[in-house]
Amino acid sequence: MTTAPASPRAKARLGDRIFTGSTVTAGVIILVALAAVAIFLIAQSIPALMADPADLKGSPSSFWEYVAPLAFGTVWAAFLALLMALPISIGIALFISHYAPRRVAQTLGYIIDLLAAVPSVVFGLWGIKVLAPAVTPLYGWLVDNVGWFPLFSPPVSGTGRTVLTVAIVLAVMIIPIITAVTREVFLQTPRLHEEAALALGATRWEMIQMAVLPFGRPGMISAAMLGLGRALGETMVVAMVLSPALLITFVLTSSSNSPTIAGNIALNFPEAHGLDVNVLIATGLILFAITFVINSIARVVINRRKAFSGAN
Amino acid sequence: MTTATATAVDTTHNALTTGRLPRWAPWGLLLGSWFVFVIVFSIVAAASEAEFNIAAALFLGTVLFDILIFVVAYLVEGARQARDRLVTSLVATAFIIALLPLVSLLFTVLANGLPRFDIAFFSQSMRNVVGEGGGGLHAIVGTLLITGAATLISVPIGLLTAIYLVEYGRGNLARSITFFVDVMTGIPSIVAGLFAFAFFSLVLDDPGIRFGLGGSVALSLLMIPVVVRSSEEMLKLVPNELREASYALGVPKWLTILKIVIPTSIAGITTGVTLAISRVIGETAPLLLIAGFTASMNYNLFDEKMMSLPVFVYTQYANPGSDVQPYLDRAWAGALTLIVIVMVLNLVARLIARIFSPKLGR
Repeated sequence: MTTAPASPRAKARLGDRIFTGSTVTAGVIILVALAAVAIFLIAQSIPALMADPADLKGSPSSFWEYVAPLAFGTVWAAFLALLMALPISIGIALFISHYAPRRVAQTLGYIIDLLAAVPSVVFGLWGIKVLAPAVTPLYGWLVDNVGWFPLFSPPVSGTGRTVLTVAIVLAVMIIPIITAVTREVFLQTPRLHEEAALALGATRWEMIQMAVLPFGRPGMISAAMLGLGRALGETMVVAMVLSPALLITFVLTSSSNSPTIAGNIALNFPEAHGLDVNVLIATGLILFAITFVINSIARVVINRRKAFSGAN
Repeated sequence: MTTATATAVDTTHNALTTGRLPRWAPWGLLLGSWFVFVIVFSIVAAASEAEFNIAAALFLGTVLFDILIFVVAYLVEGARQARDRLVTSLVATAFIIALLPLVSLLFTVLANGLPRFDIAFFSQSMRNVVGEGGGGLHAIVGTLLITGAATLISVPIGLLTAIYLVEYGRGNLARSITFFVDVMTGIPSIVAGLFAFAFFSLVLDDPGIRFGLGGSVALSLLMIPVVVRSSEEMLKLVPNELREASYALGVPKWLTILKIVIPTSIAGITTGVTLAISRVIGETAPLLLIAGFTASMNYNLFDEKMMSLPVFVYTQYANPGSDVQPYLDRAWAGALTLIVIVMVLNLVARLIARIFSPKLGR
């Protein structure tokens, strides 16, 4: 009638306890910091939301009327950037994962990563001094010849500082992140699926159509959303290149464009004081909420994929 | 009648017996189309005395190549092969399109930045400078101080969190930390700056607060997730046998981590930290909000506005004096300095990874 001997418990050492405690603390600090971001932004936004709209800059009829063009401009510029960046990024990812010779593929990946290493303010300087003058004649031609199309309705911007220029620069900036994620997903495609397709006589493109793209679709979607989140929050390029006006417009080539939240904050914050600061922080809170939701969805999609792919 | 039978035979081609383009054909076509457009553009440039635009020439040449290869392959090899070749060329085109802005950017930064990339730029601040002269010393010092402080904050927190996730973390806490770290990588940098401002202006009760350490806090918010992710990857690479061998010798867990796991992965961790530094050192927006800008030297992180290199570039561009050119020159020189720093950091990171990574006996 002897009971099974209790398994020997490891002695709880002081060093172990301190070490475990500090690692847990570090992890919790991160969660607290993220919560603090939300809490302090909300705390500083309340004065703006509660204030009498007449006190706001430009005296709009309500805070939301002030935000609407900003929110629209943010989404519009990011959407255009994504529209340009997504096909190119998927192309690059395919090029690196399935077309380029093995030996150079990694180097090509580094080169694309270099794009991500360039600071955004340098991209802004390049956008305004190189890209904008270069595309201005093209805009003139577009407005002259397809001006009947609503997106290109006249008058044309004489400086090239339009939402389309901004979107091009943003597209260049988000290409590296979309490429990196889609490349990883493409590389996870089961080898046997690819070889089966090739063995049935498929050309390389047919193999990619049948095996790689269907497998990588969720990954491509979440990569696109990560890129979208990056483009939504990008500040300096917009602040330096865009010539803003407080209105909602879809026109791509005009000199009055909807401003973006981030660009608006960067342009106005250094001189703002009093209630204006709270208004800008409130718009920042909206930007935080939008990007937070988009990033969360993207991460959930990626993580769900991981569970099924058998890659880990 | 004969033509009808000929086409009938044509459509039932066997892919294995059709003609194949010689191997050099795509390359020849690509060079040919580039050549055509370079000629066309140089003629146009010579005629209108406009600047010769090599980027546009190469781009249009590549598009011409995409069309040509499809047509040629369709005629010689049939529809399926033609589509395959078209996609191959399109995919390569995508890569070239992404290279064009990179090359153009590096070229312009070099060309415009070199004139002011001189000793004065690295030995003078902008104090009492109007027009020509002056430099970015105050901005370089500020960048080093702010980024250094951000590294001091981020590395302990990030590394300990990574250790927690790899060595201890099970259950809901670990899962939520992993998830929120991932989400944190997507926080817009300007929101990090706004948070630092909102936090310090409430806590220190100063509605117009600007100081260097606030910038460091904002930057660490962006840097911590990068450090966590890269260190986590590196710690996971440490073979479990090493840990088990250590446990078997009776070494406590915390000593195993300190003496076995971390030394094994230290090269990778250093690489990750260096890359994280290179990511935040170019951040402009948060520093513009919370660190502010000034023309003078400031060595004190805890008081007064502090200039940083990216903000220097931005303010030189955005608030020029009556004579714009010297301000633009300084902005480009600042941009060149920034790019050099980032490239050096990237290079150092790769070198560390290559030289110090543990040599496995295989």
